[in-house]
Amino acid sequence: MAWFDRLKEGLLKTRQGVQSSLRRLVGRGVDPAVLEEVEAALLSADVGVRAVDRMMERLRDHGRGTDPTESLGLLKETLFEILAPAQSEPLETIIRRGPRPYVILAIGVNGVGKTTSVAKLASRLKQAGMTPLLVAADTFRAAAIEQLEIWGKKIGVEVIKHRQGADPTAVVFDGIAAAKARGVDVVLIDTAGRLHTKVNLMDELKKMKRVLNRELPGAPHEILLTLDGTVGQNGLAQARQFHETLGVTGLALTKLDGTAKGGVLVAIAEDLKIPVRLIGVGEQEEDLQDFRAREFVDALFGVEV
Amino acid sequence: MFSALTEKIEKVFKKLRGQGVLTEQNVAEALKEVRLALLEADVNFKIVKDFIGRVQEKAVGREVLESLSPGHQVIKIVWEELRDLMGQDHAGLSLSSVPPTVMMLVGLQGSGKTTTCGKLGRMFKHQGKRPLLVAADPRRPAAGDQLASLGSDLDVTVHRADQEGASRSDVVRLCTEGLARGRDHGYDVVIFDTGGRLHVDDELMLELEDIKRAVNPHEVLLVADAMTGQEAVNVAERFDERVGLTGVILTKIEGDARGGAVLSIRAATGKPIKFLGIGEKADALEVFHPDRMASRILGMGDVLTLIEKAQEAFSKEEAESLQRKVASNTLTLEDFREQILQVNKLGSFDQILSMLPGGERLKTMAGAQEGGLPEKEMKRVVAVIDSMTPRERRDHTLLNGSRKKRIARGSGTSVQEVNRLIKQFLGARTMMKSLVGGGPGKPGKLRKRRKLIRALPSF
Ligand SMILES: Nc1nc2c(ncn2[C@@H]2O[C@H](COP(=O)(O)OP(=O)(O)OP(=O)(O)O)[C@@H](O)[C@H]2O)c(=O)[nH]1
Ligand SMILES: [Mg+2]
Repeated sequence: MAWFDRLKEGLLKTRQGVQSSLRRLVGRGVDPAVLEEVEAALLSADVGVRAVDRMMERLRDHGRGTDPTESLGLLKETLFEILAPAQSEPLETIIRRGPRPYVILAIGVNGVGKTTSVAKLASRLKQAGMTPLLVAADTFRAAAIEQLEIWGKKIGVEVIKHRQGADPTAVVFDGIAAAKARGVDVVLIDTAGRLHTKVNLMDELKKMKRVLNRELPGAPHEILLTLDGTVGQNGLAQARQFHETLGVTGLALTKLDGTAKGGVLVAIAEDLKIPVRLIGVGEQEEDLQDFRAREFVDALFGVEV
Repeated sequence: MFSALTEKIEKVFKKLRGQGVLTEQNVAEALKEVRLALLEADVNFKIVKDFIGRVQEKAVGREVLESLSPGHQVIKIVWEELRDLMGQDHAGLSLSSVPPTVMMLVGLQGSGKTTTCGKLGRMFKHQGKRPLLVAADPRRPAAGDQLASLGSDLDVTVHRADQEGASRSDVVRLCTEGLARGRDHGYDVVIFDTGGRLHVDDELMLELEDIKRAVNPHEVLLVADAMTGQEAVNVAERFDERVGLTGVILTKIEGDARGGAVLSIRAATGKPIKFLGIGEKADALEVFHPDRMASRILGMGDVLTLIEKAQEAFSKEEAESLQRKVASNTLTLEDFREQILQVNKLGSFDQILSMLPGGERLKTMAGAQEGGLPEKEMKRVVAVIDSMTPRERRDHTLLNGSRKKRIARGSGTSVQEVNRLIKQFLGARTMMKSLVGGGPGKPGKLRKRRKLIRALPSF
């Protein structure tokens, strides 16, 4: 099932709510109760109060004396305009165009789905005919290495690892050496989850990036920040901090198979203009999709234009 | 010690000076700011709406108290309502009189169940109990390894049986075996670390119901991530419907998330928040304080902690004697030195500032102005005073040119610096006097401020 369909399924309630508001909008002028429903849909999608207030303001202004359906269309168009630049080409295309080995560094706060996403991506790239290599640079969390190893076995991709407690930068170093020796196409580095507020742990990532670039000029080619789809307004703080520290080049938004809509992406897209490379829609290896701005906006509202 | 929110609300009430009651209009204006703050903290939008309505009702028509500005008064009502919404006090765990006490951790993927399970194991062990941890997630790659590794670090036993693609009945059997082991081998607490699942995944929610029926837990705790957005309520309600929660543990609270999720969960389900996860290490588990959380959600920093520390550092007698001296203008350089050293006891300047709302901004400001850390400056001041004789310290008027030269040499500073210090001291003395007030019956600013602090522990 396409991720959009899965999203739609979870969104049925909001859909019905907003669709009926749409119907009521027609021919009645902008009714405050209807506006409130639209506002509720956006707020409950984690779009964030400031952006929502701004949009509602526009809707009210525009709504005066004009066709309300048109107003709502305008609102969706506004959201689409914000999110469209966040749509990216498929990673496969980008990687094929890029240097070899293409190095992807996966980062993010604890438990957002870094390891799972990295494994799913490796599987996808393998299916596209490339040779990926996984690097277990989370040497901190208990059994993080085993987790990646199990994935590696499952999808048939080699994993470079050290022991738990080892210096993660040393693992990265070995990973690059192995990648060069084996001539692989893509190196995917799984790092330990860390809160963006922890200065020493952020410094550790900076060091990793430096070493990568020293061992392989130009690397890492992609710094992929994973965000949890259920995250609220803190998602923006995470994106800002990781971006400021490292320069994030792409986002992965996970756990969209639930009822969360990941609306904080609107604020992130507006503020940081980082492309969204991947969407996680489940725990299995095939549950990884490309991000489409149009579908995302439709899902936020639960209505197709 | 006031946050951006407080400042904004103060501004709303500036015009109100001299008016007797809080009116509908000015309260509504202030509550707009509160609404923004709550939504930005991820409090569920429905709860925000109800909440604002309730506060509006409570505040309008209230007499403006003498001791508090109207703005403070609204903040106080808001803060108290928030605190009460989160439950009055710390809610403990209910332990069974017949061991083992059975606990079940449930929640979404990645919320921190396994880490929390380890932390609880450590806590019970420290209380002299024998905990058994059961890895009830045989499916996620290496989930069992993760708990086993935590257990071996903590020297706590872990029961596990990994099985890729385990069926529902396999998982239930694993749990029943874990419970039997706990009972038969005299464990005091058995904690089940269940696999993360989406609240809308019917198959996995059925499994959770089965586990619950099989192990009959005393506690079913929802582990939720402090960074969760508006979904928090749906998640908590669905888990509560299916397996009946007894409480909540909020994790990853040491970051900068304001944690509105906690308020939402509590308000929606009525289940108490029992613990906070404040770090990745096994000892990073804290009991929950509703009042502190209320301050945090409003973005007011952890001022309460600071006040507690200050109370530890200054005894009541010291404070009173100091106040007398200030009021009678007999404060000496010796007292001044004592003061500086005591402020140091609270922690480094950096640490103190971090606990204040807007502290990060203050930090950069202080650094920029002094061209260095205020601590260095304080050390120099203390060094200068230390080079004085006891008589000089008690009576600064003795300090003539030659004495100042000697002090400068002794402290490795210059006569200008000694002069500057004396000027600072005299300035501080005058300022403190004006704060404390001219004596009985004439309350100074500090007294008013103190009234507010008493009225509102978070300030
Ligand atoms: N439903 C769902 N679960 C997911 C998705 N992505 C990851 N997960 C689950 O989320 C949990 C955490 O995923 P991990 O990949 O271990 O997360 P992480 O960021 O590597 O975690 P740490 O390394 O501990 O910081 C696991 O149970 C995953 O199966 C997704 O798109 N949907
Ligand atoms: Mg991981």
